[in-house]
Amino acid sequence: MTPVSGHLLEVTYFVAAVLFILSLKWLSSPVTARRGVWAGEVGMVLAVAGTLLHHGIVDYKWIAIALVLGAIIGVPLGNVAMTAVPQRTALSHAFGALCVTLVGTAEFYLRAPDVPPFMMSVLSLEVILGGLTVTGSLMAAGKLQEILPQRPITYKGQNLVNLAMLAVAVAIAVRLVLHPEQMFLYPFMVGIALVFGVMLIVPIGGADMPTVISLLNSYAGLSAAAMGFVLNNKLLIVAGALDGASGFILSVNMSKAMNRSFANVLFGAFGQVQTSAAGAVETRTARSASAEEAAAILSAANKVVIVPGYGMAVAQAQHKVRELYDALTKRGIDVKFGIHPVAGRMPGHMNVLLAEADIPYDKLLDMDEVNPDLPQTDVALIIGANDVTNPAARTDTSSPIYGMPILDVDKARTVMVIKRSMSPGFAGIDNPLYYLDNNLMLFGDAKAFVGNIVKELSGGGAHG
Amino acid sequence: MIKADLISSLYVFMLAAFIGFEVIRRVSPLLHTPLMSLTNALDAIAVVGAIILAGEHKSNLATVLGTIAIVAATSNAVGGFIITDRMLKMFKSSRTPKP
Repeated sequence: MTPVSGHLLEVTYFVAAVLFILSLKWLSSPVTARRGVWAGEVGMVLAVAGTLLHHGIVDYKWIAIALVLGAIIGVPLGNVAMTAVPQRTALSHAFGALCVTLVGTAEFYLRAPDVPPFMMSVLSLEVILGGLTVTGSLMAAGKLQEILPQRPITYKGQNLVNLAMLAVAVAIAVRLVLHPEQMFLYPFMVGIALVFGVMLIVPIGGADMPTVISLLNSYAGLSAAAMGFVLNNKLLIVAGALDGASGFILSVNMSKAMNRSFANVLFGAFGQVQTSAAGAVETRTARSASAEEAAAILSAANKVVIVPGYGMAVAQAQHKVRELYDALTKRGIDVKFGIHPVAGRMPGHMNVLLAEADIPYDKLLDMDEVNPDLPQTDVALIIGANDVTNPAARTDTSSPIYGMPILDVDKARTVMVIKRSMSPGFAGIDNPLYYLDNNLMLFGDAKAFVGNIVKELSGGGAHG
Repeated sequence: MIKADLISSLYVFMLAAFIGFEVIRRVSPLLHTPLMSLTNALDAIAVVGAIILAGEHKSNLATVLGTIAIVAATSNAVGGFIITDRMLKMFKSSRTPKP
């Protein structure tokens, strides 16, 4: 039976690899996307079933217990609220990397001291990337869930300490490649990688999370691919390469959308740079408006672009925004959403929240699609977004966000910003948008304020 | 791993990375969150390595680590596919009638 099942296993892996690629291909459009999930599931079940028939397996007890336990943990993780998706994603990066790191560690102790140099190199890569992804992702999840402080924590010489730690881990890896019999070194290598993961995320603030989550996604994928090299398993190499590529593309997108390099995100600690840039304080005044006035302006418009940001997610305002969308659409007003790539805490975060609130996806436009429309737009309504609308990014070379691509909301006829107060946003950068002649501040909680506008539009309120 | 295996593995990695870049570049920014949760679920294929480790019972350490690894990867696969499907179900076009 052995040779037959050996071939069978290879065939199931091959089919699974094809299905995985199709799965991502089908994800390119919302129309075929759900078929992609189906393909992924079939591929996964096939590969696991094939593996269970593997001739080397002598004991199914622990496998069965672990599979059942994993499924029991997985179901609630698949059913979290949509607002909790960023932290859930970070947590799943940690789980994926944990699996890879544990397998790598077990393989090392099974094979040591006879580990060929190439094997030891990829194994080291696997557990260093895996280890730092485990703790880094847990830290990111903690910050996103607000168990840990969201403000970046920085200290003098931080980058030097981090780089030194990584250098030591790599040095140990090199030592192990040359002398795999020095097995006592292995726990130090993994330990340093684990600590490094924590240190790497300590200086990261909330606004940088989209880039960091993407980067951790890429690391998780690459460590899985490295595991594929260790186990000589091509399916794992394919899946890891796909995941690594995906995370890499997203990281590049996110960095571009913030006009920053990877290195700057990881070693720059956004919160730091701003303090020096606060100069030129003029006594400027911003005009404010009530919900009633805002409703009057909106109902006189033909074209409205709504710009959501993380503040909308925090205020849980997406369902009220849907009501506003309905009220305006009913009056024949064209309503679209302009979504900046880094709005929210992970790539695509806003789209998911708005789709959950039943807003059709063809109304959700990304930055490049919506910017040409903004000069012909009557009202741009900004809900809980700040830096991504800051015109200083276009004009003020001294601004820390100069050069960052933004949504050109200032070009709309009227701009309305729903905001709790005039205090600057997360990154602490003043927004000159608020002092423009065509801008109105709508002070209040996003959910409550949008609710009041809807009430006014539907003819409710004191005026009947 | 013998040398021929290594070289063919490198080819597989290189080709898969290129396919990944080309396929994923075409994914609309609209679906970047489901993209991340789906690739995460697919990444849980690492479970096959953990299954063999736990099942071969070559050492107690390997069995224990393999078992924990299966739990971690399985929860990722199950949770990842569920949430990806939940998200994709929500994306509706204004041109198609609502159910």
